[in-house]
Amino acid sequence: MTLSRREALWLALSGLAVAMPGASLAATVEELTSAFTGGAAAGTGGITLTTPEIAENGNTVPVEVDAPGAVAIMLLASGNPEPAVATFTFGPAAGSQRAATRIRLAKTQDVIAMARMADGSIVQAQATVKVTIGGCGG
Amino acid sequence: MHRSVTSWAVLALGLALSGAASADPVDDKLVVETDDGAIEFVTSAPAPDHIKDKMAVIYSGWLYREDETRDLQRDDFDNPGMVFVDRGLDTWNKALGKNGESCMGCHQGPETMAGLRAVTPRVDEKTGALMTVENYIDLCVTERMGLEAWGWTGDKMKDIVALISMQSRGMAVNVAIDGAAAPFWEKGKEIYYTRYGQLEMACASCHEQYQGKMIRADHLSQGQINGFPAYRLKDSGILTAQQRFVGCVRDTRAETFKPNSDEFKALELYVASRGNGLTVEGVSVRH
Amino acid sequence: MADDAKPRVKVPKSAAAGEVVTIKALISHKMESGQRKDAEGNLIPRSIINRFTCELNGVNVVDVAIDPAVSTNPYFEFDARVDAAGEFKFTWYDDDGSVYEDTKPIEVA
Ligand code: HEC
Ligand code: HEC
Repeated sequence: MTLSRREALWLALSGLAVAMPGASLAATVEELTSAFTGGAAAGTGGITLTTPEIAENGNTVPVEVDAPGAVAIMLLASGNPEPAVATFTFGPAAGSQRAATRIRLAKTQDVIAMARMADGSIVQAQATVKVTIGGCGG
Repeated sequence: MHRSVTSWAVLALGLALSGAASADPVDDKLVVETDDGAIEFVTSAPAPDHIKDKMAVIYSGWLYREDETRDLQRDDFDNPGMVFVDRGLDTWNKALGKNGESCMGCHQGPETMAGLRAVTPRVDEKTGALMTVENYIDLCVTERMGLEAWGWTGDKMKDIVALISMQSRGMAVNVAIDGAAAPFWEKGKEIYYTRYGQLEMACASCHEQYQGKMIRADHLSQGQINGFPAYRLKDSGILTAQQRFVGCVRDTRAETFKPNSDEFKALELYVASRGNGLTVEGVSVRH
Repeated sequence: MADDAKPRVKVPKSAAAGEVVTIKALISHKMESGQRKDAEGNLIPRSIINRFTCELNGVNVVDVAIDPAVSTNPYFEFDARVDAAGEFKFTWYDDDGSVYEDTKPIEVA
């Protein structure tokens, strides 16, 4: 009884955002991965994913990925109702195969970055981002 | 029944806060890269005389935020609030008035507003009214341009408040609290220390008494407004000081005053005066 | 939305031939995810920038396919190699069919 009251209070206090409803049409991490890799197994190394350990707000989480020699890099948020985030394809005038952006994370989860190299091989990196329920003040 | 819920709530918050971890504001320096070179900010300063008995040093809310949030404010390009400033400049230049008046037509560039944000709210000498930046804008919009009022927290208003605030960036906040301002200031102070809502919390409970504690995942700051208007990540938009007050009062589960109410204007003056000596950051970035 | 979308791009004014420069690009856009509900509980339809491209003198630098998980006012930072003076062209594609463009010149010193 006591506990549930206290929890209710915390929920009210934190102005907890309404959970995102799941979208039934969303492609899963597996589907997105196999479309991107063409079924090739992902190796590690040669790709660096930089994310904050703790995000004060899931609305705007800075992420950066660097995969020298990559043709394309796909970013996934494994714990979002729609895991797809963005896919970067680098052209001949690219100065590196690095990109940074800001993304939405619905909750604490793993962010996955996958790079396709010129020879078709795939490398992958992932990082856990803890999304805190900050944002006191409605 | 009602009473018992209240006391549970107070108890829960009190316990959670007193048992909560406490952390100092970070030791960091704010220098912002702008189109016109770097601007250095004062994020901690000796407390103004009128709150010396409560605290020795005042700190900008910037120092209480996580690294990634702080970093967004270091370069205007990374600061998502700047698109609203750009939009404000478009509005400033546009002939919106009934007879084609524009802000620019009468005021020239927005840089003519330098210094205003640092000294408002202030009492207008001619009318004796307490004026926020929003009040000045509203006067021009309605009386000098013949337009319908923009609304205190509408996009147009907030874009222009952001644009005007930018012209005072890096200047020390210095609102007057004596003379004609004194009665407003006293009223604001009273509100600051009044306990509201089911939680029976005052601004001072959280931002003075529990400053530095973690309230859930939030690091409680001194609740300064030198950073306002702020780009708030949670809202993905600009938030004025009085909008911030609305959110904070709601957290105590009290009925809140409205933006531009006499109460919130007086409170804005009082809270601004607690930050006299910090520099105007608006548009800052907060979580 | 077309009225509100405002691009901001940061590109150095000049570079040495062959130099790699960092570019930042952002556009004001609400990036409505299609997952939020309004006050009446109805799903707010998706409305996002779904693609962003950058070219230097007509040659592609980066082409980004964007999903709703990219934040409001989408922001991208990347690098370009500048072999000759010319012009960067930035293009954003909106779900509603609008296309927003911005250009920035670059000199080679
Ligand atoms: C027809 C001319 C006119 C137009 C148009 C106009 N203003 Fe004004 N504005 C004035 C005058 C006159 C004052 C009062 C100056 C004074 O008392 O020293 C003023 C004062 C202000 C002030 C207070 C400045 C201070 O330092 O006290 C602000 C802020 C302001 N205007 C903003 C705006 C904005 C924003 C717009 C466009 C939306 C605008 N004005 C359009 C004539 C105009
Ligand atoms: C229940 C605790 C609580 C109460 C009571 C409260 N606040 Fe807050 N306030 C917070 C939290 C949590 C934050 C977000 C973290 C921070 O910046 O302190 C915050 C943030 C703020 C900020 C933003 C500071 C910045 O730099 O971003 C201002 C300003 C503020 N509060 C003013 C007030 C005022 C004025 C009152 C009284 C009307 C008030 N608060 C009452 C909890 C509270």
